Amino acid sequence: MFFTTEEILETIRMVQTEHLDIRTITLGVNLLDCRRDRLEETVISISKRLKEVTRDFLDVVKKVELEYGIPIVNRRVAITPVSLLIQSEDIEEYLYLSKGLDKIAEEMGLDFIGGYTAFLEYEINKRGLAFIKAIPLILNETSRLCASIVVASTRGGINVDAIKEIAYIILDTARLKNNPISCAKLIVMSNPPPDNPFMAGAFQGIERGEKVLNVGISGPGTVRAALERLPKEANLIDVAEEIKRIAFKITRAGEFIGKEISKRLDIKFGSVDISLAPTPDEGDSVGKIIEKIGLEHIGAPGSTAVLFLINDAIKRGGLMASSSIGGLSGTFIPVSEDKSIAEAVSCGALTLEKLEALTNVCSVGLDMIPIPGDIDPYSLMGIILDEMAIGVMANKTTAVRILPVPGGKPGEWIELGGLLGKAPIINVNSFSCKGIFDRGGRIPPPVNSFRN
Amino acid sequence: MNRAIITVMGIDHTGIVAGISSVLATFGVNILDITQTIMGDMFVMIVLVDITNLDDLTALIERLLEEGKRLKVKVSLEREEIFRVMHRI
Repeated sequence: MFFTTEEILETIRMVQTEHLDIRTITLGVNLLDCRRDRLEETVISISKRLKEVTRDFLDVVKKVELEYGIPIVNRRVAITPVSLLIQSEDIEEYLYLSKGLDKIAEEMGLDFIGGYTAFLEYEINKRGLAFIKAIPLILNETSRLCASIVVASTRGGINVDAIKEIAYIILDTARLKNNPISCAKLIVMSNPPPDNPFMAGAFQGIERGEKVLNVGISGPGTVRAALERLPKEANLIDVAEEIKRIAFKITRAGEFIGKEISKRLDIKFGSVDISLAPTPDEGDSVGKIIEKIGLEHIGAPGSTAVLFLINDAIKRGGLMASSSIGGLSGTFIPVSEDKSIAEAVSCGALTLEKLEALTNVCSVGLDMIPIPGDIDPYSLMGIILDEMAIGVMANKTTAVRILPVPGGKPGEWIELGGLLGKAPIINVNSFSCKGIFDRGGRIPPPVNSFRN
Repeated sequence: MNRAIITVMGIDHTGIVAGISSVLATFGVNILDITQTIMGDMFVMIVLVDITNLDDLTALIERLLEEGKRLKVKVSLEREEIFRVMHRI
């Protein structure tokens, strides 16, 4: 036998009892040459292209999943940002294209299609405004299309005027049909990676070629289980080593599966994103890993340091395992999707301000957080602005995916269903920040953006 | 050569090895190596098989899962490469 019994059983255990999975296989597809003079023809052309590219996708994924025994949870497509496909001041046109994309995704059996994306960090003109004003209707009338709006970057600074507009869009999206879940498909970002396989922020960056296969691998359960097996006296170096070791193994598995699918589909392999992405399942929680390392709840003093340790160890293991590490790679802290993070909010251990601090050292940002539906729009703008400032200054991706709950009050639990989980509505600091937005304009890029 | 590793786990009883190996024989799959241990009252068997000339891997996996159900043990099959990438640099 080429492997020891322990090695074989470790792999089997990771999959069968510790929830190791490939969270997503995401095909990135360039649609720039599908643009036509008439919108109807553009949609027909896109439909043709996507059907062609995804023809064998689901079958091959299913086969590889079976042959290698590792579950693949989502099959997705990320497309060229829609803002590059049509340039229009007419909301109806964006809605028409979006419905077309959603229909294609449904017909092809995809879980999600990402790429209703616009880059507004420099300016928001009439087309950009129409693009985002279409979002409430789009997200309420489609089910698989995800939207991401970039309002800041380290190179471009922060567009405060765009943030002002997008805050109203988030509120309108939740209020249109009294459905905060629509906002789970909308993310506001700084510095988005062009190869992110995770929703809602996935799009195919124009530098990423014609078609490319990206993999998102996850496994909070495997990390937690490994930490449970460590002796009680293991110090923090031991903890970091153990996380790194597990991250290495699961990244290697993910990269291998991705490359195998890519080979069988004859589509170039892009990158592997190793992210601890929790699910509401008890054993699949990032909050629990943090508790395991030595905190009563995530949110207690020391949480930022512990999350930094985890995030960095994940990246180290991932980078050692693969030369194609990309996407977000690190640790997600989505409140509703992680039972123990939601409970930490409920018992008062974790506040919005502490979540913001944690986003300095996690891989994304303020994620899946229910807020009161009657929030002052300026407060929502301020929350987004602060999160963007962290990303711009730290030269990393940050994002806000927040769910206003119409009629909801702080402390009330909201059930989002399925993998979106449930969470209490978080309390928002109500002191005013209106003055910044009355000034408007942009915050210039930081000194550290000039690297030439 | 294409190889796969079959793992069988469950409460020990007679007929497990016979059941699994007869499925493999039906499919013309050769056993290259086999190890078996008892951990507590858990029976653990690991079988390395040659699947180079196997036409329908999916059918074999489905048949093994069925046999596992009949024998009241947990059976899984993975292609060998997944273990190599995870445990060898």
